[in-house]
Order: sequence, then structure tokens, then C-alpha cells
Amino acid sequence: MGWAELRKLRHDNVDILTRSIQPLLWLFIFGTALRRNRALSGGYHDYRAYLAPGVMAQAALFIAIFFGLAVIWERDVGQLQRLLATPLPRLAIVLGKATGAGVRALTQATVLLVVLALTGISLRWSATGVAGALVLLVLGTGGFACLSMILASLVRTRERFMGIGQLVMMPLFFASSALYPLAIMPFWLRAIARVNPLTYEVHGMRELLLGISAGGSLWIDFLVGLLFFTTTALVAARTYPRAIL
Amino acid sequence: MSAPAAVRPRADGRPGSEVVVVDDLVVRFGEVEAVAGVSFAVEAGEVYGLLGPNGAGKTTTVRVLTTLLRPTAGRAIVVGADVVREGLTVRRSIGYVPQAISIDGALTAHENLEFYGRVTGVPRRQRRARIAEAIATMGLESFLDRLGRTLSGGMLRRLEIATALLNRPRVLFLDEPTVGLDPTARRLVWERLDALRAEAGTTLLVTTHLMEEAERHCDRLAIMDLGRLVAEGSPAELRQEFSVPSLEDVFTATTGRSLDEGEGGSFRDARASRRLSRRLG
Repeated sequence: MGWAELRKLRHDNVDILTRSIQPLLWLFIFGTALRRNRALSGGYHDYRAYLAPGVMAQAALFIAIFFGLAVIWERDVGQLQRLLATPLPRLAIVLGKATGAGVRALTQATVLLVVLALTGISLRWSATGVAGALVLLVLGTGGFACLSMILASLVRTRERFMGIGQLVMMPLFFASSALYPLAIMPFWLRAIARVNPLTYEVHGMRELLLGISAGGSLWIDFLVGLLFFTTTALVAARTYPRAIL
Repeated sequence: MSAPAAVRPRADGRPGSEVVVVDDLVVRFGEVEAVAGVSFAVEAGEVYGLLGPNGAGKTTTVRVLTTLLRPTAGRAIVVGADVVREGLTVRRSIGYVPQAISIDGALTAHENLEFYGRVTGVPRRQRRARIAEAIATMGLESFLDRLGRTLSGGMLRRLEIATALLNRPRVLFLDEPTVGLDPTARRLVWERLDALRAEAGTTLLVTTHLMEEAERHCDRLAIMDLGRLVAEGSPAELRQEFSVPSLEDVFTATTGRSLDEGEGGSFRDARASRRLSRRLG
């Protein structure tokens, strides 16, 4: 399914550019407006650089969460029934779908990284750092795509899913370290952010791309990403076939 | 013939034997009994039709046989494997074309074939040959590089059937394969299906609500209404048994209603039919 997503992107490569506009707006309008704000950037000298990993993760989260919409569409047009009637194990179908989301997220992240390089935003450009950040991004995207498939299996219509998708996505985004450090959050919000997988994804990416850490080890970020992806994939493999009912 | 006989639970796929056995199958959705104790058997190599109006339980029966739904009671065996306990074995032996068009419109015809070759477990070394075989069988040569969304209804159906042939299924389940197609496209689809059956001996289980299609192409039929199997036999046997000139009259004789007076399916069925009609142009 990752292969199919790559093919689709090849046929419709404008899609990835249009999808990149929103994260670029966050980065260059929101980020530029607050560029000198040291409190928001946890003391880092450039808020745009601090924001970049958060925006990459947010853009991937958008792709992943609305992957469930594709599941509902596929059910309506019969693709889901076809897939479920093939010998592919349910888990393989779910992992394939998650890979598809991961491929889109990676492509979008690559576009963003190129823009960051061209505009001279100061990241720590090391091959292992970039590769590690992309691995974290794929784990998070896969996990959120599986979460989206779980929601899609419970929801009957695309309209309902749109509402639930927004309801899930915005709190995930704002109650995380994507835009600002946990340190400036009130206690209750920090408690929510600490159980939000997006926080760990962004924290790890920030450490790998900028070399800054808000405490906690990098391996914990990877472990949380892996556990999140594994758990949601296993649950989705059980609930996904219910989507056809 | 009219009263569905009790069937032997044998379905080993040998020529002349039963490849599909359905025994007292019941499917309930809450209070609604979509399939109410249906039994029938399909012989290897035959074209078997499930005929009835929308809401008769045809699609639900096919969904059980393709392992998409678990039956509430009763059992079903496809090519020797129980659909509940041996789902994976069943899925390895079948092809399935749902009523809605399941081709991915964002991929080309050839990429759709490649995709289904991968997901149906066709070994990499054999994939190219199998795809070429399916292309020839369904006559797809002229539009292989076109995106799915640009194909006509008839092309989509032929492509879809081709994708279901890649794993060389013993039984091919076709849910309303010609619904929404114009007469020319419908004829072309059936020409290809008849050729497939003649050349490969594939067993076809087809649902339809089109009498003319059932009469012309099915060896045997099960007429379903409100989840029950009300008559079974070859088209000629059914007409003879009820002493009527057409299958439509057989339906009226067995149910007291005409085929047009069916329940019409659910809101979702109606919406899906409209969407399908739009996709098929």
C-alpha cells in the first residue's frame, strides 16, 4: 500500500505541494511573528527553528487523522470489502494503510526540510539526526493513522468522522509540545501533554534536529512512538473489519 | 427443485462436486433477520445465480461466503473450508467483485492490477504472467495506462473482474456485476465471463436482480426474497415447475409480489446505488 501511495503521488504531485502550504504558513507567519519570543522557544534563539519539528509533526498528524476518512470512502466504494476478502491478514492491511500515511508524511516532511534548508533556518543538519527524526515522524504518523482507522470503524458517515477528527486532532495538537514547551503550560495541561504521544514525537525530533531537550531521554521518545504504533495497530486490526458493517 | 433440498456438508472442489455449500444460514442485524435459514449448494464449474430484489439477502449471503460477515447461525463451506473457522483458506481460494466499483481511481488500470496482484498473494515471479493473462481474458489492452477515474463503466467492471482473477480463484463471487451498465457494456462483461468459465472452468456465483441476465447466463438459480430462499433450479426447471413463461412470473408465483415491489434495501443501499450509478456514468 505504500507502493500505491507513491504511485498516486506520482500521478498527482500537486497534492503534496498544496498540502505543504498550511505547515509553511505556520512556520513563516506564526513562526516569524513570534520569532524573537524566547519563552515560547524554550530559550532557543530562533522560534521558527524551534517550531519546525512541531509543524512537521502537525502536518503529518493532519494526514494521519484524516486517513480514517479514506477508510469510510473505501467502504462506500467497495475497496474495503475487496481488501478484506483477500488473503492479507487484517494486521497487514492496517500496517499497509499506516505505511501509506507514513509515505505521504515523509514526502511532505522532505518538502519542508528542503524549504528549511533553502531559507537558512538553523537546524542541526546531520544524517543520523534527520533520519532519526523521520523515523519518529513515521512511527507517530503510523500510530495516529491507526487511531484514525479505529475511529473510522466506529463511525458510519464521513460527515460524522470530520467532526470527530477535528475533535481529536485539535486537542492533540494544542496539548502537546508542538508549539510551545511543556514548561510554560499550566499544571493540568502539562499533565495531558505528558500522556500525548505527539509530545514525545516532537520532543525527539527537536532533540535530533536542533540538539535541544526539555529533559527525558531520546530512547523514551522512540519507545513511546513504538508502543503507540504497536498498540493502535493491534486494536485497529481487530476493529477495522467492523467498518464494513 | 423449488424447495431447497438439505445439502450434504461436502465441498472439496473436485469437478462435479460442490464447491460452495450453504447450510441453514442465518444472519441477524439486531432485530432484522437479513438471511433466514438459507441452504443451497453450488457445483464446480457452474454459474449459480442468487436472484431477488434489493433487500432479499443476496449481498449478505455473499458477504458471509467471502468471510466478510460472520453468520449468526448455520454454516457455509467454500472449496472445502469453513468460512468462520478457516477464513484465510477461503480467501486464498476465491475472487470477489463487490457491487460498488472498487477500482482505485487514482491509479492506472495496470497499477490496479499490480496492486491486487500484490495483495492477493500472487508470487512476485508469477505476477507479470498472471497480469498478462488477466488482461487478455478481460480484454483490457486498450486502456492499461489510463487512470481508473477516467474509465467507462464497462471498462471499470472488466478491470475489476480482471483484478479478481489474478490469484486464479476456484470460485468467483460477483455481486450485481452488471448493475449500472448500458446493454453493450453488459453484453461485453458477460461475453468475457462466459469465456472465463469455458477456458478456466471457474465457478461463478452471481447475484442479480435482472431476470433476463439470470435466464441467459445462469445454469441454476436460487430465488431469494426477504432473506429466504423461495425456489431453486435451472431457469427452465423453474418455469416448468410453476407453469409460467418467465422467471419474473416464477418470482410472483413464489412470493405473491412482483420483483419491482421488493423492500428496496436500506438508505445506505440506496445511497450506494446512486453513488455507483454516478461512478459508472
